[in-house]
Amino acid sequence: MKNRLKVLRAERDLTQAQLSAALAVSRQTVNAIETGKFDPSLPLAFRISRLFELPIEEIFQDGDPL
Amino acid sequence: MKKQDEEWEVLNWRNTVRLASWTFAWTASVALATFGPEYFWPGNTLPTVLAILLNASLGAGMIFANIRHLKGQDELQQKIQLEAMAIALGVGVVGGLTYSLLDTTDVMAGDAEIAMLVILIGLTYLGASIIGQIRYR
Repeated sequence: MKNRLKVLRAERDLTQAQLSAALAVSRQTVNAIETGKFDPSLPLAFRISRLFELPIEEIFQDGDPL
Repeated sequence: MKKQDEEWEVLNWRNTVRLASWTFAWTASVALATFGPEYFWPGNTLPTVLAILLNASLGAGMIFANIRHLKGQDELQQKIQLEAMAIALGVGVVGGLTYSLLDTTDVMAGDAEIAMLVILIGLTYLGASIIGQIRYR
């Protein structure tokens, strides 16, 4: 799954540490999501969506061609 | 939100310290139950039974502290721990049975020791945890 987390974070001038604190997860988790190594659960995806005030589909895109 | 986030980190840290404390206490009680009958109260069964009961009780506390610690972690940390535990369990079962077979078939000199299995599981879990941390870094 692809995502725009890194871009959105940069647009809001947030560090990984600040974003991880806002989402109540570790910095490692934010980094793993940004680099595509880890896909967040639906509840975490909703938290990210609420934080950036964007619909989930504008942050995460399905990379699976199916 | 800032206060809540700081609380999450503080809670995680507290859970880790709590788990370390229970683990230390349990390990110390293993030493007490093992060496106590030999060095501190030779020939006296009651303190030995009490030391073993203490060990089992502290072990139960350690298990609950571990559950609490795991539940307090975020989803990636839980995934890393789950994978490490699965690998440690697999290696423990397969390695333990192989080790036991070596003993029961007398291929191995001496008796199989449970401590060896604990060491195998512990080292496997440690190694798998480190690899998981590096993989998702």
